[in-house]
Amino acid sequence: MISLTNIKKTYPGRAGGKSSEGQVIALKDISFKVEKGELFGLIGPDGAGKTSLFRILTTLLLPDTGEATVAGYDIKKDYQQIRNCVGYMPGRFSLYQDLTVEENLNFFATVFGTTIKENYDLIKDIYQQIEPFKDRRAGKLSGGMKQKLALSCALIHKPSVLFLDEPTTGVDVVSRKELWAMLKKLKQEGITILVSTPYMDEANLCDRIALIQKGDILSIDKPTGIVHSFPGELYAVHAADTHRLLQNVRSFPGTATCFAFGDSLHVTFKDTSAAPQALLQYLHEKNHPDATVEKAEPTIEDCFIHLLKN
Amino acid sequence: MSSITSPPVITTDKLTKRFGQFIAANDLTFQVAKGEIFGFLGANGAGKTTAMRMLCGLLKPSSGKASIAGYDVYTQTEKIKRSIGYMSQKFSLYDDLTVSENIRFYAGIYGMSRPKIKEKTKELLEELQLEKEAKTLVSELPLGWKQKLAFSVSIVHEPGIVFLDEPTGGVDPVTRRQFWDLIYHASDRGVTVFVTTHYMDEAEYCNRVSIMVDGVIAALDSPTRLKQQFGHDNMEDVFYELARKAVRKGD
Repeated sequence: MISLTNIKKTYPGRAGGKSSEGQVIALKDISFKVEKGELFGLIGPDGAGKTSLFRILTTLLLPDTGEATVAGYDIKKDYQQIRNCVGYMPGRFSLYQDLTVEENLNFFATVFGTTIKENYDLIKDIYQQIEPFKDRRAGKLSGGMKQKLALSCALIHKPSVLFLDEPTTGVDVVSRKELWAMLKKLKQEGITILVSTPYMDEANLCDRIALIQKGDILSIDKPTGIVHSFPGELYAVHAADTHRLLQNVRSFPGTATCFAFGDSLHVTFKDTSAAPQALLQYLHEKNHPDATVEKAEPTIEDCFIHLLKN
Repeated sequence: MSSITSPPVITTDKLTKRFGQFIAANDLTFQVAKGEIFGFLGANGAGKTTAMRMLCGLLKPSSGKASIAGYDVYTQTEKIKRSIGYMSQKFSLYDDLTVSENIRFYAGIYGMSRPKIKEKTKELLEELQLEKEAKTLVSELPLGWKQKLAFSVSIVHEPGIVFLDEPTGGVDPVTRRQFWDLIYHASDRGVTVFVTTHYMDEAEYCNRVSIMVDGVIAALDSPTRLKQQFGHDNMEDVFYELARKAVRKGD
């Protein structure tokens, strides 16, 4: 449904287009495919190139080189067809602030030659939550409500592909869970979804993900596949005095990597055979009587950190 | 770090802010000890920003009491502003000034002397390993470095308290952890850290955490005790249980 082949994009530096000095490489050489009906996640921090990728696929930006198609249409030649059949929710709120909720929705429906009534079923679950405020201006809505309106507007023409650029950034845990529940439903309607997020824990909610950093894809797979590819063994180290524990584990000679992970530390060893036991001993000597060292299942975030380090 | 023995540097007593009929922050009563890392959590619209603005001396409370670094939030707001540092993800540094110009600018704002600024700049650049980038424009730094620099600049005048408003939004997982190393380091030197975040694993790094729901503090304790109290094994589930009861929706 979405296909990219060797997509490259650079932005000129401060000196202008003539020199390569200060040039920003947004996308290095990106190739991947998203199947029909798939919920595909682009996972990476700010500056990874996620937004450039979205803008290219929604025909708002041309790549320097490379080919891409969306719903079978070429992003350069068939941009008009693509615009008709995709829904796009940019990272920044981009609806008309001085139109009401209903006026915004009506506007987008009209632009795409349809009506709210015609596709009401698709947006019902989302739109009903903001319908009580349909006469309120969009600019006066809360963050969570703006997001629901933006999603409704992106869906009103029943797109076959939906692009969501960081829909959960700066959003609290409750609204984040709500949004992911909505995406799951849309997927069941057969809509292909490409969504980006900086939150690693949301990766598990996607069918497949690409971990992306500085314009490069680090890994691309099902979340379980990415987790399984974590090399070696990971241990969780726990003790009450976490901060001192962090310093002590880092100074332990057998430690390869050590990162804070919630209420424990995730540690890998240079040589796993004897090190876990030796570390426990070492921590007892360093006055952590309650220390525990246990094998742990890696998370997507562990994998991302591992890939960043290599 | 020990929250029991140190004297409080933030004390609030029934601190309240009303906007007309709307009570944005209601009866907030808590204390934060010197050197403590205090996580200030809440759903969008729970009243965090209103509360933070009162604590920073930027918004006059409707009722209740609060003292920050020993200064009153009604009458001594200018003294409060001098005694605290503030950093948010949205606004931190001037992109078209260099690294050292940014440091000099902020230090100057806080009235530090030229020799002191020079000394502090050297110290900061060393600590952040940014000596080579001293003359680089901030716009050309990677986001992670910017965030770390922004934090250091926010405490350049050596305040007793620093307020961090979602300081790690959007940065990669390694940088996010390096940022917390800086927070720990500041806390070790006795700086009190008051921090908001949407990353629930970061809530675990705090000494104590408060969770605001609909303008009130619904829970306040160490992460370990909060997890025990609500019977969950992580802070995300604790937060979710409290915040989903919220009636208010907004920012």
